[in-house]
Amino acid sequence: MNFRARTAAGLAVAALLAIAGAARAESNVDPNPGVELVINGDTPITVRAKAPDYLEGHLDNIYSGWLYRIESTRAMEADDFENPAITFVEEGIDAWNTVEGTEGKSCASCHGDISEGMKGVRARMPAVNENGELWSLEDYINNCRVNRMGAEPYKWDKGPMKNMTAAISMQSRGMPMNVAVDGPAAPFWERGRDMYYTRYGLLQLSCASCHEKNNNNYIRGDHLSQGQIVGFPTYRLKKGGLVSIHNRLKGCIRDTRAETFPIGSQELRELELYVASRGNGLSVEGVAVRP
Amino acid sequence: MRKLFVLCTAGVVFIPSMLGAETAPQDVVFTEHGAVEESLTGVPGDPENGLKIATTKKKGNCMACHTAKGWEHMPLHGNIGPNLSDVANRHDEAELRGIVVNAKHTFHDTVMPSFYNVDNLIRPGDGFTGKPAKEIKPLLSAQEVEDVVALLKTFKESGSE
Ligand code: HEC
Ligand code: HEC
Ligand code: HEC
Repeated sequence: MNFRARTAAGLAVAALLAIAGAARAESNVDPNPGVELVINGDTPITVRAKAPDYLEGHLDNIYSGWLYRIESTRAMEADDFENPAITFVEEGIDAWNTVEGTEGKSCASCHGDISEGMKGVRARMPAVNENGELWSLEDYINNCRVNRMGAEPYKWDKGPMKNMTAAISMQSRGMPMNVAVDGPAAPFWERGRDMYYTRYGLLQLSCASCHEKNNNNYIRGDHLSQGQIVGFPTYRLKKGGLVSIHNRLKGCIRDTRAETFPIGSQELRELELYVASRGNGLSVEGVAVRP
Repeated sequence: MRKLFVLCTAGVVFIPSMLGAETAPQDVVFTEHGAVEESLTGVPGDPENGLKIATTKKKGNCMACHTAKGWEHMPLHGNIGPNLSDVANRHDEAELRGIVVNAKHTFHDTVMPSFYNVDNLIRPGDGFTGKPAKEIKPLLSAQEVEDVVALLKTFKESGSE
């Protein structure tokens, strides 16, 4: 953790101590009315939106996790000079332009500049591929590396992959999340929804127990959000690095004292699709900053 | 409990640490409203140990979801459940035991974990490792439940009772 991150984490704890002890809060209301996110003063981010129709009876409105964070953390995400994730984005862009593998190609050889080739891609991931399989962004990247470049696949949860997904997510910054939930995606989405409401582990808690029934409340020191993934991969101050979507989902399942699902598993792809769809209408944040 | 009763009436001296004297999770009897009238061990609970259990992440972790005067000196409480400072004014011992053993009998569909239960678990894990559980044990032992109940019984606001 760098100095800045540590200071922010310290501030976070101090602020929580002040808040802790508060009475139960109402869930599914705007946690921070009137607060808006405009990154670098020129890129407005939609951090609150009407919930998609399929969430009727569950959520009326959806809110970015950014709204639940304390001011210093929010400020870091609002300014790329302060956002510690940006160095990883830059490394991802370097890798994008680097020739690798037996075919002598870089990503740019085929896709051109990342800002054109990858615009809007994150906003529709995960998505069903031409063979009818549900693929996460990581799968698409490795497919190109292995089958089109003759290069080694990246490990799902390691630096080079997270740098690349960060660089690609950045190209959808400010665009509305818009994953497909119908057609060929429907059966995957339905299984993901069933997972979302399953009470896993010795603690018998579902995603909904915390992120739907209790968002805006505190669990230990953490202000619970709706568990949106529009900001992934996110920079976590506590970890001092990028965290992938599957790593986060796995971590939340582990915390119910459950047997988790492996990163890159079919189950987590399906859960990812469903969670992504709960954010349809919010902006992709590029790379978010979280405690 | 019944076993313990038989042992006692048979004139056998009861040793607190004696194994087999505890009611197993599957044998706990709930009243219609979810209370558990009989002690799980017959050994009085220790409220001091109860406080340790309530505030330890790998044990009761009650503090993650509840505020209470009894642990307000410690940092980072949650507020998912109600404040427990005067909970003994609202619930008697049997009700408190029922809530700690398995709150789902008292509050239908509650998010509060069942602390003395081994049934209906989906993918139970081995602590916080993410690996499958090696053996299915309740979150708290029978005596730990009694210790927490003893603590909760001290959570009273003066004036009442
Ligand atoms: C030899 C050409 C080639 C190279 C090199 C290549 N790709 Fe691709 N890539 C394609 C083709 C063709 C597709 C499928 C058609 C499409 O969606 O553009 C594709 C699809 C993708 C997709 C899915 C896009 C979507 O909209 O569904 C991603 C993401 C992607 N590539 C990332 C990368 C990355 C990252 C690299 C470098 C590590 C890379 N590609 C290298 C040709 C290439
Ligand atoms: C015991 C409560 C609990 C459960 C159950 C739980 N989470 Fe979380 N989750 C948290 C906490 C605490 C955080 C960090 C604060 C926040 O953003 O809510 C978090 C964060 C997240 C985030 C990151 C949000 C962001 O803005 O970066 C996602 C995504 C998430 N959870 C998804 C899930 C999913 C999917 C499930 C079900 C598999 C789940 N969680 C189950 C407690 C929980
Ligand atoms: C995951 C959060 C969570 C944890 C952990 C938790 N509780 Fe609860 N508890 C709740 C909720 C929520 C309620 C309210 C019941 C409902 O769902 O309506 C509750 C209710 C109670 C009540 C009844 C309060 C009243 O006023 O009626 C007691 C007593 C209680 N909890 C004690 C405990 C103890 C002791 C522990 C630790 C061994 C604990 N709880 C751990 C969430 C939790």
